[in-house]
Amino acid sequence: MARIGVFICHCGENISATVDVMKVAAEAAKIPGVAHSVEYKYMCSDPGQQLVKNAIREKGLTGVVVAACSPRMHEPTFRRACAEAGLNPFLCEMANIREHCSWVHEKGDATTDKAIDIVRTLVAKVKKNKALQPIKVPVTKVAMVIGGGIAGIQASLDIANAGHQVILVEKEPSIGGHMSQLSETFPTLDCSQCILTPRMVEVAQHLNITLFSYAELESLDGFIGNFKARIRKKARSLDEKLCTGCGLCTQKCPSRRIPSEFDAGLGLRPAIYVPFPQAVPNKPVIDREHCTYYRTGKCRLCEKVCPTQAIRFDQQDEIVEADVGAVVLATGFDIKHGDFFPEYGYGKYRDVIDGLQFERLASASGPTLGEIRRPSDGRVPETVVFVACAGSRDPAKGIEYCSKICCMYTAKHAMLYKHKVHHGKPYVFYMDIRAGGKMYEEFVRRAMEEDGVQYVRGRVSRIFERGGKLVVKGVDTLLAARPLEIEADLVVLATAGIAQPGAEELAQKLHVSYDAHKFYAEAHPKLRPVETNTAGIFLAGACQAPKDIPESVAQASGAAAKVAALFSQSELVREPLIAVVDRQAPPVYSSCVGCFLCQSACPYQAIEKEEIRGRDGQLLKTVAKVNPGLCQGCGTCVAFCRTKSIDIQGFSHEQVHAEVLALLNRGERDA
Amino acid sequence: MKTGFYPGCSMKGSAREYSESLLALAREIGRELPEVPDWNCCGATAAHNLDRDLALALPARILAAAEKAGMDEVLVPCAACYSRLKVTRHELLADDSLRQRISGLVEADYRGSAGVLNIIEWLGRVPDLEKLVKKPFQRKVACYYGCLLVRPAGVVKFDRPEDPQSMDLLMKKIGADPIDWAFKTECCGAGFSVSRTDLVARLSGQILDDAVSRGAEAVVVACPMCHLNLDLRRPNIEKRAGKKFHLPVIYITQAVGMALGLKPKQLGLQRHKVSPSALLAPASAKPPAGSKSASGDSPASAPLSGSSAGAPASTASKVN
Amino acid sequence: MRSEAHAHGVGAALSDRVREKTGVDVARCYQCGKCSAGCPLASEMDFPPSQVMHLLQLSAAFPELAEQALRSHTIWLCLTCEICYCRCPMELDIPAIMDALRHESLQQRKVNPRARDILAFHRAFLDSVKYTGRLFEMGQVVDYKLRSGHFLQDLLQAPWMFLVGKLHLLPERVRNRRQLARIFAKTLKARENRP
Repeated sequence: MARIGVFICHCGENISATVDVMKVAAEAAKIPGVAHSVEYKYMCSDPGQQLVKNAIREKGLTGVVVAACSPRMHEPTFRRACAEAGLNPFLCEMANIREHCSWVHEKGDATTDKAIDIVRTLVAKVKKNKALQPIKVPVTKVAMVIGGGIAGIQASLDIANAGHQVILVEKEPSIGGHMSQLSETFPTLDCSQCILTPRMVEVAQHLNITLFSYAELESLDGFIGNFKARIRKKARSLDEKLCTGCGLCTQKCPSRRIPSEFDAGLGLRPAIYVPFPQAVPNKPVIDREHCTYYRTGKCRLCEKVCPTQAIRFDQQDEIVEADVGAVVLATGFDIKHGDFFPEYGYGKYRDVIDGLQFERLASASGPTLGEIRRPSDGRVPETVVFVACAGSRDPAKGIEYCSKICCMYTAKHAMLYKHKVHHGKPYVFYMDIRAGGKMYEEFVRRAMEEDGVQYVRGRVSRIFERGGKLVVKGVDTLLAARPLEIEADLVVLATAGIAQPGAEELAQKLHVSYDAHKFYAEAHPKLRPVETNTAGIFLAGACQAPKDIPESVAQASGAAAKVAALFSQSELVREPLIAVVDRQAPPVYSSCVGCFLCQSACPYQAIEKEEIRGRDGQLLKTVAKVNPGLCQGCGTCVAFCRTKSIDIQGFSHEQVHAEVLALLNRGERDA
Repeated sequence: MKTGFYPGCSMKGSAREYSESLLALAREIGRELPEVPDWNCCGATAAHNLDRDLALALPARILAAAEKAGMDEVLVPCAACYSRLKVTRHELLADDSLRQRISGLVEADYRGSAGVLNIIEWLGRVPDLEKLVKKPFQRKVACYYGCLLVRPAGVVKFDRPEDPQSMDLLMKKIGADPIDWAFKTECCGAGFSVSRTDLVARLSGQILDDAVSRGAEAVVVACPMCHLNLDLRRPNIEKRAGKKFHLPVIYITQAVGMALGLKPKQLGLQRHKVSPSALLAPASAKPPAGSKSASGDSPASAPLSGSSAGAPASTASKVN
Repeated sequence: MRSEAHAHGVGAALSDRVREKTGVDVARCYQCGKCSAGCPLASEMDFPPSQVMHLLQLSAAFPELAEQALRSHTIWLCLTCEICYCRCPMELDIPAIMDALRHESLQQRKVNPRARDILAFHRAFLDSVKYTGRLFEMGQVVDYKLRSGHFLQDLLQAPWMFLVGKLHLLPERVRNRRQLARIFAKTLKARENRP
């Protein structure tokens, strides 16, 4: 005979203000099988928990229902309390009378009745609960970091320094990401490469880090602690072990007029190239699309000049498999390109450039060696117009969000320009200046006050070219919205920060969720900002939303700490809320008919085939079996099973059925 | 497919050469253009400035008449009338109670079955226009779309609102060289021709200035109102600008008509304030060079310098 | 200026009336100024388009700002060139708002005196359409001169236009002029109710 204890929480006034908790407790006491029913102001408090423990011990309860908040809040609290009193924790259930009742209804009898109904269903359920034991799974203490920008570098180093193995996967030929392209960084104006390259070298030299550059994730299977990754190492057309990075091939390559990705299209590179001098690894790659040999079958000059015979024209992509316990996603962002601003002539006029291109112009390693020269004719621009919010906060162009970094980098650009071209006239068109951050506001003030950058409050309507100048038609809304016209030599658009082009595809490979703009979604916007909804996969940097370097680095260290915490134990304890296939005594053995529809439906490859044999070894039956390590308890197989042979522990057919019946038969006496 | 023709008031008066050239062209290519029976004025700017119902009722009466006459679509060569008819059809089809109310006003059940066609769409449908060309119109032309052919983009759904190309493509088909210029879709001053001639002189002057500075030999228009402002208002423009513009302004139908070998008289070319006679002379071997500038023409992807990351260039190199 | 949001019994604020007529919610405007930057006549206006939007935004709290919008020169200078709507990042149909403001300004007899010529032209235009169904350019010009008092303007254009065949001395007429008169009677005339 069941002896159920019901514990009604007031939650201060959160519940008791709209629900008559006394009546709920009184009504619950009348439910058959309920041996104990009390209410208390704060059930989650120490005295509250003590009430539960005492009742279990004194009344010999076989099940507990705590009617309080969502199980997402305090289920672990009460299950632990039950365990301490000697009751299997899975015999404790939460009846959510707060989020599902008191918070969403007015005070009244109907609200109280609903609370009673909720308690009734959970009592019916808990009567059918079975004692369950947690599942333990081993943890592979190897982390895979995807993306080798500053966020990925930081996460890799932090995890590696905690003593764990790291596999760093970078799709470009070198790590470094966008930060390696930047000239100086706000708000301190320190050289981006000077602070980044030591970290890059550290990655290369770290004994715990295995770097796969020019590589992409092919697939990821498994679950937290036990992922299986397949990584595609794209063919560099080079034997990396033989290559010494001498650079002869890149100097001799005859096909040299290819727009350099690193220089944002402003510089040129050969077909066999290293993206930039401090690249890690410092090994070239052949761009097969532009290489003369791959296009025409003739040339092979690089092969001839290579002193170590490292060139491999017939090299194929290679798939590497790795067992990893955790994944950090640090794939970064992109900026909006293309024919996105016809009214600004972006993509049409060569002197209308984006922020990343300006970084390359201002960078000592850039195509102009750090001199500000405009792309069309190489002249030093006398007047430069910077346009903030180019695409950001622009629902008409599909982007309603603020890209966050543009206010600061635009101030920096205007400042750098003024530092390099003393007589130059920089103008910034802006809507609002968002300079929240340590020393950020001071930085923007410095641009205005010390460097004389002219800030004009208004959005630019149009830019067109006239006699070698770019006519910028703007406005100052602080001057009675009078239209202004500026003849500029160069226009820099702070184009919106957007997700990487392949972000969606990668998210689907990893089963992580993403928002409407293809930025990866965190598990909770405030309290779980570095986790995804998929256990064991963490986020770092601008793949989650546009963010600057300090934020990316902070989040990367946060993700690394999460990984380190995960790796601090050799086994993971998981809730046993997984699928099980029916097993019975002979001669039935199982109601499973072996159709294996469940196997094709399972998203986690958790269903195996089991052969049931007689004593003589004769095959009696082939039935489905769930691998408890892989099963995530999603229930898809349950829905597919034609003979109702699969159940989810903790949410069995019987339990759910009992809950539904309790609702349907309310007011009547339970069976 | 029966295509009707809505001339609108100005094509019967101040823009009669637009109508003459269009009808001559239609005859030449064997197209019939029956007028919408008993058509009325579309109401133009005045109606929508003063009364919304009137602004919808006048075009609705025209469209209802076209429907009644079994027309599947109506060619509206005047860009201003085109806009009024197109907007009216859009609004009435989007709101059935409004459609019923306006139908009541015009005493006809307007269904919205007849489409509204602009001149570029109509000309664009002429099959193999290139092959009909007898005298290629080898001129540098500034294609002037004005406001209402391309805006509001969500209603007209024709070409792109910034730097449109449809007229440019049409001009290329007849052998012309459309220039890349900045005032394709800037406003000429529209209905202020009489009431605020001073503003028209300023706005239209900017348009001519840009076309001239980029070496255009003619401005090609598809709107009588634009033509009125750029051509008939030339004395006002020149007075305000303090300089002369000799740039003729012709209708798109006149340009196509010339290329197809029609006679100047057939096209009404004698009716312009600024004589287009220079366009009738054989095209000079070398058209006057426009102010081709550094920033304009090449694709933005062309790189700045010859440096490569593997071996950085020693100087900030010059540009191709 | 003091807030009289709820003091008046005149009904909805101007911004609400505009929303009812046009479906455009001015609260969406975030004052970026792109409309004013691109407006061909912003420099002539007493309130460039973005400021008209702001007048409307505050019209609920400050009725005198609604008054300023209705009495503005701007609403009559707007050419309906649609460039503001085309480029507005919030996709606000500003030309539709201008139409609605003009209608209200006219009905409440708050037309800015500087817009006299523009309004005279529109009225002369519609008069011509009302009587003949089509615009009679000669008649309209004469009507406009009478209304505006600009008797000498364009006097030299007319003979030339007549010579090249652009100006007719007699109007073209629609057959069913009675029906047109009914349309005018039920729309403009009914609402404007002018002497």
